[in-house]
Amino acid sequence: MSASPLPAPPAPSTHDPDRPRPSSLTDLFVSFTLIALQGFGGVLAVIQQQVVERKRWMSNEEFIEEWSVAQIMPGPNVCNLAMMIGTRHFGLPGALSALAGILTVPLILVLCLALVYAQFSSQPQVQGALRGMAAVAAGLIAATGLRMSVALSKNVIPLAVCSALAATGFVLLAWIRVPLALVIALLGGLGCVLAWRRLKR
Amino acid sequence: MNAPSLVFGWHDWLNLFVHFLMLSMMSLGGAISTTSEMQRYLVERQGWLSQTQFADSVALAQSSPGPNVLFVALLGWNVGLNTGSMSAALGGVVISMVGIMLPSTVFTYQVAQWAHRNRQLRAVRAFKQGMAPLVIAMLLATAWLLATGGGKGGEHSDNWPLWLLTAVTAIVIWRTRLHLLWMLAAGALLGALGVV
Repeated sequence: MSASPLPAPPAPSTHDPDRPRPSSLTDLFVSFTLIALQGFGGVLAVIQQQVVERKRWMSNEEFIEEWSVAQIMPGPNVCNLAMMIGTRHFGLPGALSALAGILTVPLILVLCLALVYAQFSSQPQVQGALRGMAAVAAGLIAATGLRMSVALSKNVIPLAVCSALAATGFVLLAWIRVPLALVIALLGGLGCVLAWRRLKR
Repeated sequence: MNAPSLVFGWHDWLNLFVHFLMLSMMSLGGAISTTSEMQRYLVERQGWLSQTQFADSVALAQSSPGPNVLFVALLGWNVGLNTGSMSAALGGVVISMVGIMLPSTVFTYQVAQWAHRNRQLRAVRAFKQGMAPLVIAMLLATAWLLATGGGKGGEHSDNWPLWLLTAVTAIVIWRTRLHLLWMLAAGALLGALGVV
């Protein structure tokens, strides 16, 4: 910290002492297990509802702040988020406990589902059902992208440039099949430089 | 397309592990955004999974509760099964999940702490803003590859009812608050009846 005579501004995200918090590592584990088990096709909505509205472990503003980091970091978003929430309360053990909670039971469940599916996979109806669900799953991913695209209008990069970057990325990845690392280096790098220069003022 | 039958040496497992380690660091916007790269590597380049197995893994994980990243466990599971044993399948689960989770988790843990303290910093904000268009492109590309069964000339590239279902789902989920389970159930029903 600098030797400024002004009092340091309050760190916005320190924990409010009146706010409830997870009582133990077990509480974290169980809470995140239950959250994960309610989340079909994505857990984010359930985490927000449970952690902010029901349990009140964090305010909505804190949640949005953590989510923006969780989303932009590599790794599964909701796992990142669970880990970060766990960290705020119990440090590294909290992170591991929340992460184990969100993954363990759902993992066992999905493997059981795969075993059951293997028994019936030769049935045309079962194959058809899964084909239909796969199409819906693809649509869900597209919808997530479309929902997020609304945020581009608030980006420091002008919307037209953002759209051009996104469209180029789509063509390179989906149609030309350029390896992802290359696309990240080129378009991601370009985006960061553009944003950096616009943030100057 | 039938499941390939594989003979795996330790270096193949190592390749699989290293590939997931790399993908872990590239999975900005969630593990699902690297799906197109996994498909390219596992199905097209190595031939370790059939396109059907790949798509089934993603669909099963989506229709099961929990984080979407669990489809990676199923990919590992199926690669293991293709080598012929249940213990290899469990090994595949461990290798793929540890591979996809470990680097990103360690990195994010460190960076989240740092970014939390420095969230006003220009570099932090430039990264958040600059990556946003690409994160969206990655999601849309993944949806495209899943819907067409592997891009141009893919398995479903001429199955227009299936495309229509994907497009309708995208619009309904984007524009309405309808619970995803209803769409999954509708998709399952339409598929079982042979409509799509």
